[in-house]
Amino acid sequence: MQRIRLRYTKRGRLRFTSHRDFQRAFERALRRAGVPMAYSAGFTPHPKVSYANAAPTGTASEAEYLEIALTEPRDPAKLRELLDESLPDGLDIVDAVEARASGLADRLTASVWELRLDGVDPADAERAVAAFLAADTVDVQRMTKNGLRTFDARAAVAGLETVPASADRPLDGPCAILRLVVRHVTPAVRPDDVLSGLRAVADLAPPVPAAVTRLAQGLFDEESGTVTDPLAPDREAVTAALSRAAGPAAATAPEGAGSA
Amino acid sequence: MPESVFPQLEALLPHVQKPIQYVGGELNSTVKPWESCDVRWALMYPDAYEVGLPNQGVMILYEVLNEREGVLAERTYSVWPDLEKLMRENGVPQFTVDGHRPVGAFDVFGLSFSTELGYTNMLTALDLAGIPLEAKDRGIDHPIVLAGGHAAFNPEPIADFIDAAVIGDGEQAVLEITDIIRAWKAEGRPGGREEVLFRLARTGSVYIPRFYDVEYLPDGRIGRVVPNKSGVPWRVSKHTVMDLDEWPYPKQPLVPLAETVHERMSVEIFRGCTRGCRFCQAGMITRPVRERSITGIGEMVDKGLKATGFEEVGLLSLSSADHSEIGDVAKGLADRYEDDKIGLSLPSTRVDAFNVDLANELTRNGRRSGLTFAPEGGSERLRKVINKMVSEEDLIRTVATAYGNGWRQVKLYFMCGLPTETDDDVLQIADMAANVIAKGREVAKSNDIRCTVSIGGFVPKPHTPFQWAPQLSAEETDARLEKLRDKIRGDKKYGRSIGFRYHDGKPGIVEGLLSRGDRRVGAVIRAVFEDGGRFDGWREHFSYDRWMECAEKTLPQYGVDVDWYTTRERSYEEVLPWDHLDSGLDKDWLWEDWQDALDETEVEDCRWTPCFDCGVCPQMDTHIQIGPTGKKLLPLTVVK
Repeated sequence: MQRIRLRYTKRGRLRFTSHRDFQRAFERALRRAGVPMAYSAGFTPHPKVSYANAAPTGTASEAEYLEIALTEPRDPAKLRELLDESLPDGLDIVDAVEARASGLADRLTASVWELRLDGVDPADAERAVAAFLAADTVDVQRMTKNGLRTFDARAAVAGLETVPASADRPLDGPCAILRLVVRHVTPAVRPDDVLSGLRAVADLAPPVPAAVTRLAQGLFDEESGTVTDPLAPDREAVTAALSRAAGPAAATAPEGAGSA
Repeated sequence: MPESVFPQLEALLPHVQKPIQYVGGELNSTVKPWESCDVRWALMYPDAYEVGLPNQGVMILYEVLNEREGVLAERTYSVWPDLEKLMRENGVPQFTVDGHRPVGAFDVFGLSFSTELGYTNMLTALDLAGIPLEAKDRGIDHPIVLAGGHAAFNPEPIADFIDAAVIGDGEQAVLEITDIIRAWKAEGRPGGREEVLFRLARTGSVYIPRFYDVEYLPDGRIGRVVPNKSGVPWRVSKHTVMDLDEWPYPKQPLVPLAETVHERMSVEIFRGCTRGCRFCQAGMITRPVRERSITGIGEMVDKGLKATGFEEVGLLSLSSADHSEIGDVAKGLADRYEDDKIGLSLPSTRVDAFNVDLANELTRNGRRSGLTFAPEGGSERLRKVINKMVSEEDLIRTVATAYGNGWRQVKLYFMCGLPTETDDDVLQIADMAANVIAKGREVAKSNDIRCTVSIGGFVPKPHTPFQWAPQLSAEETDARLEKLRDKIRGDKKYGRSIGFRYHDGKPGIVEGLLSRGDRRVGAVIRAVFEDGGRFDGWREHFSYDRWMECAEKTLPQYGVDVDWYTTRERSYEEVLPWDHLDSGLDKDWLWEDWQDALDETEVEDCRWTPCFDCGVCPQMDTHIQIGPTGKKLLPLTVVK
């Protein structure tokens, strides 16, 4: 059985796809693309797909991950292309590697988010960010299935800053852009919760809903404060295996090098 | 070119439930460039997206129109009240989910009504679109509001709100209408709105209510319906597509991202039904029977599965086990998709057409869920009245086979309030269910079997032999259902194995008012809409009291009331509101069949016996088209 790990996106209007919606769409895409899926045993067999850490409905993402199990090996690059073609535009498969290293979920310990706050003066946003970072704890509330829940949104935040608008997306009117790095903790702290936090500490209240995009997801590096590519260890293991196959001279790197 | 309203809509979506239903982009959906087309259709299924998206009628027309060069079709659905409120606050008009264009910018706004309970949703959509509610207030730049679907066989209650109605099959009709509109536009729209509607009316197959005057008698009945313009025909005919294999739609079924009520690849295996059940409007208005060939079905399933990735195939029709080659169809498909875990479903199966080989084929690749049958009437006598020729022995034999072959759950559907029905007829349902359980326990050698009785109120429909029948009042319906429930619950031996589900009589009365209503009922619909009535097919939104209050406010001026439309029996001479709409059925034949019903006389199926002169084939110049073709479905060659 071959396992393949995929990175996919939720872009544009398809960011309103819920995780359940995506699951159905993806499983149908697998059928259309004729992927030789492995099925679970049992009364109603399901194709073996493991999803990790889906972004909330309504937030866009450049970095969602899942893993599928196949009964026959396939070339990951070709599979990526086939599946991408089979999915609607906006749900795009952007990366595929064969699983060679340890569990993918263990390598998804933090996310980088972009929050676009239309109608918010960047200076106001900057002040709110400073107040948020200065606080030890920032209690926020969220409605969950079990009722209104209060929790700290500060501790999970490993980085928060305002960034200038990029040249290719000029702004018409005031707009603040925040870059947020959040550790995956329980209960999860979502970008929405950080926005609630900014409102709590500095009364920052965007006039329109923030446009939120997950830019990256991966292992959080405490030293540099950055998030690393979670598929890198698999890719490196594949490269290492290839170079081992190419000749004994290249076989110096230990197996699984670079895996966390 | 009308601008997309998506930017304004997008800002509202984070605040509503299930926003994905409003964004479009479904697999196999189409957005054609606006300027490349000269006839543009907005197609609506006037219910929520989750119900409307899988609708085969809309899906077929959407594809048929978009395949045509220079024609575009986009879809729109009813928005839930949470979004409606925000759209009103922010000035966002009713939009299509494909291009997010305002519905008011299209040439035609076509609505498909499977049920009358969508009428208030149509008014909501018109209002949100900025289109005047009444046809007489519309100008040359407003879309032609066109109704189709089964409910359009009596469009009189919505006659003031629509510009046109088409009855029957839509595939060819929409293309004919497109050609007429295109020619009129190319000529510079001479004569304005009136002229294009007249050109449509002249064909004899598009009903334009404004060209007909309804005259009433002093007692409230209709005196006559007359064309008020020369060149407009006295009667308007239904459309009939004769060769289903020539119309293999949908070829590219829409695959939604949002969850919908039917998530499967549906293939219509035949159209029409001549079993002759007297309560069944669908069976009466879709005659004659026209089968899709076994090879045609096989091809549609193959292409459709490849285009969608669905894991279930639904073989649709009014009585699917009646297809002349259903056994070979089911076996052929089950063989072909054995390795792909594709399930087959046959939504409408008659007790007498069921056989265990067929059922085994259907469940071979999928789940073995419950079996569902619809005896409709509880007593043998009543089943003769409604011409549902299924005997209790048939049923018991069938369920015995099913329980003996491993099924554990049987669902039985009934109606309450059928003509001539008494309490006793309905109470016999409890006996039937008990007999089913007794037999089931015997053959299954287990007490772990169930039978669910599901029952709702009967609503007499236009173009059926019961169009003259009195409807049972909501109170009497509820009282009868309560007695049945008590009898089932009181059965110490079998009661615990029998589930009981029922629909109360109130929604049926509103449906009855709208089904057999005339133009005066339009005032009630409008009043309900203005009072906030929406989504009448949804229990949580439907308000019986609101309908009754609005009817009390609007109907007395005409000297009629809700009872007059529902529980009143009609006589032979009465002009019915839909008499000028020709479904092909001879009114005298319908009356004879009504008399036969009262005499408890049954009529056979004309597929297998000589013609009974219902009138459809000669009147519409059509004929029965059935197999067997003798062909088989071959396994597909695997291309890897």
